[in-house]
Amino acid sequence: MANSRYTSVAILLHWVMAALILVTWSIAIVVGDMPLSPIRITGFSWHKWLGVTVFFLVVVRLLWRATHPAPKLDVAMPAWQEKIMELTHVALYLLMVVIPLVGWVMSSAKGYTVNYFGLFDLPDLVDKDKALGHLLKEVHEWLANGLMVLVGLHVLAALKHQFIDKDGLLSRMSPCGRKKDKGV
Amino acid sequence: MMSQYLTCFKSALLIGLATFATYSSAVEYSVIDTAKSKITFSSKLMGSNLKGDFAKFNGKVSFNPDEPEKAKANLVVEIASFNAGGEELQDEAKGKDWFNTKNFPSANFVSDSVKNVGNGKLEIRGNLTLKGKSAPIVMVASYQAEGKQMVFDGGFQLLRLDFGLGAGNWADTSAVANEVPVKVHLVLNQK
Repeated sequence: MANSRYTSVAILLHWVMAALILVTWSIAIVVGDMPLSPIRITGFSWHKWLGVTVFFLVVVRLLWRATHPAPKLDVAMPAWQEKIMELTHVALYLLMVVIPLVGWVMSSAKGYTVNYFGLFDLPDLVDKDKALGHLLKEVHEWLANGLMVLVGLHVLAALKHQFIDKDGLLSRMSPCGRKKDKGV
Repeated sequence: MMSQYLTCFKSALLIGLATFATYSSAVEYSVIDTAKSKITFSSKLMGSNLKGDFAKFNGKVSFNPDEPEKAKANLVVEIASFNAGGEELQDEAKGKDWFNTKNFPSANFVSDSVKNVGNGKLEIRGNLTLKGKSAPIVMVASYQAEGKQMVFDGGFQLLRLDFGLGAGNWADTSAVANEVPVKVHLVLNQK
């Protein structure tokens, strides 16, 4: 049988990014409504550092994906499901690129230079602009929440394949499983 | 008639003397060009540079390039003109834990002594009063004539906690650094 798993680099990127995105989003949810305080500044600094990391990793991931196509889908599913799956994946990639970028521009517009782990500053992409800052904050939040909804859909679909369809789809992206070389 | 001539003569003499004075001892610069002058600072929030400035300040300065050691400065900065970061940061900065602009609307720097260290550089010692606290500071400044104006570029490191800037939780210097480099760009006109 042809290898039906993603490459180990793709699998590693998938899971590391999944964890990072979850943590990055959670931090924003926790400190987002706090008044300005050292905790808020610390929280948002980590949020930005991890967000920049996600952006960097998604670029690596897209390059990897472009040169290492996804394994052929050897699971039979209705055409509409496959279509939805593809659309979801494209949307996930798109949001992983766009959300950090919007966050970066938003931070510039709000008058805060983004840096990376205190090591170096990222350039301000736009001048300070209150109205633009407010608008981008809405967009950033809206897109991020949209991403989380898609992630939820993505997880539910994976779980359905694992526990209802029992078709072994999850093994394609499983960090430890190579057992499913399907001889059925 | 006589007194009229006398007045005229006196005026001529005064103008002559004034002209002579201007040519003999070099010009004195004493008017701050507030449109061109700038007071900027930069703070570090979790290692990220936050640049800001005080848009409104004024004061009395006298500087004669022939006698730089006799220079004097008395600057008054309107703290409410603080400008850095977003809205919530502006509000916080003006609040009780930081500048408390309600009770301390202005900061004041008065020079004490000026040392000419050569090469168009001065070492200015003086006292900074900020949020009701005074502390001596040393500013190293360079000066250069540009056209009819005299331009100063100086700076010093302010330690915010010396002036009680950032009370309570804010005393934590890992979120907001204690060191705040301040830059003063002063453009002076002749009297």
